[in-house]
Amino acid sequence: MNSSNKQLTKLLSAVFVTLIYIFLYLPIAIIVFFSFNSSKLNIVFQGFTLQWYGIMLQNTDLMSALENTAIVAVSTVVISVFIGTLAAIGMFRYEFRGKSIVDSFLYIPIVIPEIVMGISLLAFYHILNISLGITTLIIAHVTFSMPYVVVTVRSRISGFDMSVEEAAMDLGATRLHTLLRITLPIIAPGILAGAMLALTLSLDDVIVSFFTTGVDSVTLPIYIFNKVKTGVSPDINALITVIILITLLILVVMRTFEAKTSKKGLV
Amino acid sequence: MAQVSDKVMVELRNVDKFYGANKVVKNLNLQIREGEFLTMLGPSGCGKTTTLRMIAGFEAVTSGAVIIEGENVGNKAPYQRNVNTVFQNYALFPHMNVYDNIAFGLTEKKVKKEEIRQRVGEMLSLVQMDGYEKRMPSQLSGGQKQRVAIARALVNRPKVLLLDEPLGALDLKLRKQMQVELKHLQRQLGITFVYVTHDQEESLTMSDRIAVMNNGILEQIGPPDKIYNQPATKFVADFIGESNILEASVGSVDGDSLNVIFETGSAEVSAAGFSQDEMVYISVRPEKLKCSAAAVPGFNLRGTVKEHIYVGSIIKTIIELPNGQDLKMSLLAGTPLIAPGEVVWVYWEKDGTVVLHTHEETLYNLIEQVPKIEVSV
Repeated sequence: MNSSNKQLTKLLSAVFVTLIYIFLYLPIAIIVFFSFNSSKLNIVFQGFTLQWYGIMLQNTDLMSALENTAIVAVSTVVISVFIGTLAAIGMFRYEFRGKSIVDSFLYIPIVIPEIVMGISLLAFYHILNISLGITTLIIAHVTFSMPYVVVTVRSRISGFDMSVEEAAMDLGATRLHTLLRITLPIIAPGILAGAMLALTLSLDDVIVSFFTTGVDSVTLPIYIFNKVKTGVSPDINALITVIILITLLILVVMRTFEAKTSKKGLV
Repeated sequence: MAQVSDKVMVELRNVDKFYGANKVVKNLNLQIREGEFLTMLGPSGCGKTTTLRMIAGFEAVTSGAVIIEGENVGNKAPYQRNVNTVFQNYALFPHMNVYDNIAFGLTEKKVKKEEIRQRVGEMLSLVQMDGYEKRMPSQLSGGQKQRVAIARALVNRPKVLLLDEPLGALDLKLRKQMQVELKHLQRQLGITFVYVTHDQEESLTMSDRIAVMNNGILEQIGPPDKIYNQPATKFVADFIGESNILEASVGSVDGDSLNVIFETGSAEVSAAGFSQDEMVYISVRPEKLKCSAAAVPGFNLRGTVKEHIYVGSIIKTIIELPNGQDLKMSLLAGTPLIAPGEVVWVYWEKDGTVVLHTHEETLYNLIEQVPKIEVSV
């Protein structure tokens, strides 16, 4: 192959990669761009303004939706991380009759269509006569987040030589101390990854939430979803920009943590 | 320098370990004395690691008793036993630096900070790892990890140190060096070492006594020279060092002298406790095997020189018997060699052979009482 051909290949691959990234990020960039648009229409840019951020903050419906989302997300993360981590440790450590069946059933919520899960949860709550609200929403979110925690924690455990637990007990540590001083710190990156997944899943869930939420517990995605039907107002653009910012922040925190742990030889 | 005392430190009494139908350890009886370096030797799957884990408390015995310092520790958890383990893969805590790894056992026992610092420091210099306190395990080489693992166990001043193939992952040169260091360490501290390995050479180098295990059974226990020179079973003869094992039947018994008949010849050997027509194994070490152009009195066994293999300071000569069995003979390099293809008379040195019963499985409980077996021409 001659050098001009090589250069052409290089150029083409650069163009290709650029196009992929434009495809991925242009829509997001447009939303951010229009959040600073003084026009009410998402078509033409009339001038720079921050007014939509102010309007967003004064929108009480929006703010209460944000609050609901935060409550549900945090509760979901805490509960699913607790149950999921214990499940992963238990599944890794103990052998029992019917383990493979119990194990497979753990992961079904990952593959089951959300619409099926939403409807079945709604029916379930209805049969038990539980009125819809924040609690039902949290239960629903835990149901679909928890398997992801199990998956991430378990992959962390099985990739690790757990004879360190025996070493700890050999050196005089009780089971509880072994868990606190050895097992948990070692699987912490898996727990963190699971928590992040649970957080994002809970934050942007529409379908399951749509079926399991009550009138007084509308979350952000559902609020936006409902608003879109009547046209996206620029304050939603502002909100989305804020969410993107928060997501980026979480990503940076996670990468820093990863870098720190890999430096310590944990990854 | 500490000496092996008569006090029994660890005793296994009629210990069985079964996983369902899989009998991993069968009726094991073993006494390990204070200050002793005992090696459990055997091929993988022979039950040696399981035995070690039963002493440590990671596995429960199916039946029988594990007694440490006169106390039955059967229902005690690992953290309640005054023994520490060095694991095959080191099992260092990856999220702690060298100092915290070594200090772990002491912090669990709530030893004062000042004393911990002092004892960890002593251990670091004992294993020659001064200055490595702040390193993480991932930044250490295999040999360094091993030293930290040893220090982490020894800092607790255990009565017994259990070592599960601790040098298995190291390269040959480092392994040889660590063998010597471990042996010195054991002598210096006077702690009982129970050392598991499948490397027979390693066991011969380091041990006060070797316990040879096979298929969950203790085949023989004794000092290295006795294990090597007077193997009690065919397995031991075969597993420790190299051996030529010939099947034979006892032709006639005349006092302590036996006439044994091979498929392709015969020989006079002296051994007691054998009866006429009994099937036996004759085990001959390669360095004791000889050959000659002329017949040797007492021997009637011929073979063809097949090839010579140079192994550094010695030369291995393969002699093929008429029935196709190969015999290994080792000679010092420089000895005049017989050309391949020549037919020679095979014989061996007086003290170079052991006669073994073929029904060895009935023998393992009598091993300590097996009389000294000698073969003369």
